Amino acid sequence: MLVTDDQIQALEKQAEATRETVIKMLVEAGSGHTAGPLGMADILTAFYFHILQHRPDEPLWEGRDRFILSNGHICPVLYATLAHAGYFPVEECLTLRKFGSRLQGHPERARLPGLETTSGPLGEGLAQAAGIAYAFRMDEKKQRVFCAMSDGEQEEGNTWEAVMFAGKNKLHNLTAIMDRNNIQIDGMTEDVMPLEPLADKYRAFNWHVLEVNGHDIMAFIQAIEEARAVYEKPTLIIAHTIPGKGVPEIEFDYHWHGKPPTKEEGKRFLKEIRTMSGKLPHEYA
Amino acid sequence: MLNQAAHLSEKTFADDIPQAATRDGFGTGVIEAGKQDERVVVLCADLKESTRAEEFEKQFPDRFVEVGVAEQGMATIASGMAAAGKVPFIASYAAFSPGRNYEQIRTTIALNRMPVKICGMHAGVSVGPDGATHQMLEDIGMMRMLPGMTVIAPGDAEEARKAVVAAAKTDGPVYIRFGRAATPLFTTTQTPFSIGKALALFESEDPRVAILSTGSLSYAALEAAHALSNDGIGSLVLHVPTIKPLDTEAVIDAAKRVGRIVTVEEHQVAGGFGSAVAECLGEHHPVPLMRLGVADQFGQSGTPDELLTHYGLNATHIEEVVRAMLKK
Repeated sequence: MLVTDDQIQALEKQAEATRETVIKMLVEAGSGHTAGPLGMADILTAFYFHILQHRPDEPLWEGRDRFILSNGHICPVLYATLAHAGYFPVEECLTLRKFGSRLQGHPERARLPGLETTSGPLGEGLAQAAGIAYAFRMDEKKQRVFCAMSDGEQEEGNTWEAVMFAGKNKLHNLTAIMDRNNIQIDGMTEDVMPLEPLADKYRAFNWHVLEVNGHDIMAFIQAIEEARAVYEKPTLIIAHTIPGKGVPEIEFDYHWHGKPPTKEEGKRFLKEIRTMSGKLPHEYA
Repeated sequence: MLNQAAHLSEKTFADDIPQAATRDGFGTGVIEAGKQDERVVVLCADLKESTRAEEFEKQFPDRFVEVGVAEQGMATIASGMAAAGKVPFIASYAAFSPGRNYEQIRTTIALNRMPVKICGMHAGVSVGPDGATHQMLEDIGMMRMLPGMTVIAPGDAEEARKAVVAAAKTDGPVYIRFGRAATPLFTTTQTPFSIGKALALFESEDPRVAILSTGSLSYAALEAAHALSNDGIGSLVLHVPTIKPLDTEAVIDAAKRVGRIVTVEEHQVAGGFGSAVAECLGEHHPVPLMRLGVADQFGQSGTPDELLTHYGLNATHIEEVVRAMLKK
């Protein structure tokens, strides 16, 4: 999976467009989560525009890789990414959380093509991804299974049941990505319930562990490539991300975990994203 | 007299009627389902012997998945396997599955519309000496509330076998509850079973009460009907293995024809089978109704017989309740 500088630039531009869509969605919805979706925009862009084998016009294509979003509350960025990738019209993103919308407040598989699972209650995605990976191996299917999860949901017992299961069964076709943004609703993870040393914990459960800057798309793609080459173990990529990435005034602030921007804030945030915080001129800024 | 169309065992009222636990029917049924459909897999949480999943493992080692003592993991891993095209049966004690992993079942199986078959063993007080922690009495209520969930409590091991085979063929999630103790095998291979259908086991010429029962207590209902009949009191016994979707037609018909209903189940009175019948009749055809079950209590240690007697879940008590009802 070679990736050129031009491709990286295009992916970065796409991630910016996705962030803009996320801000617009949240302002329009009037509720929802802001920090996590902005923090994962680069990684989701890398997945849907470079890494995954998938067909937006044929969401149930048998040969597709599976991307499982475990922490369903960051779904605005999944919806925005799916829309930009061609699964449904980008305009539909503005129906987020509204009555009758396919874009539920937390993702419901049966409502929206492109979703692999129903998620929101934390700690359940990795086990479902492990189940899919296990079944794929039974059937000698070659697709890969990816699971994006949060750091906060490492506090759930269900997560560790899956960690043990995947380690025991050497599910090399499973790659988990942990959004290590260090925040959760009640504060910083290390204050609420210390998680470190996360890498050592996963290694102790027979996982291969990598750590990357979650905003360095090139590095992330290389980590995914390395995971492909690890044949005896599942891989965890700890992606260090900045919650609220792209909008400096909210970056790292856990208060933005679970609230949307107001209209005024939304305008300001969009300007910050479009100008990279004043570093670039932007015709619409 | 026995309903001939039910093809019940010739030994139904004999002292030496053969016995088996409904969980044994899981063991044989899931192997049969596995032979019929190679997508069938069994997941177990460190209880393969007592859930009777062990024989499946011997026959289909590659399709048996041991997850360890991890019921939440079991439900969610099964959801993933179903998403990848498998038909997973998950087997543990009902107290833990669905008792512990209810939210995982709700989100990743029911709401997510995955055809996982949840098999809850050791349901009811007849678990015996293990005591209240292991005697699940709330599972029917929990599971019948979940949208799209089918809920079955087979009457004996033979019917349990049929229920497992039938569950494998449905597209949706199914909950089946099984018991630990050996109970009378009153049905036969010829006894009809289909999901959603009630079955009259016994009907007098002039029934004055209809006993509607689910699970292995349907045999106690039969015994009670037999004794009442010997005393000149006619009754109808309607066995209702599928609690959801309830065979409302049969339930309403029984109420219309007989006019008095007694329900019997090895479950809390609140929220279970009797509640489902009450909801149906309350809306469609209200008649005098008595619900027998465990009345807002937990179980305790004892032998199955001691416990069933203590909680009023035997033929003698059913008979008493019927007689008291007829006096009113």
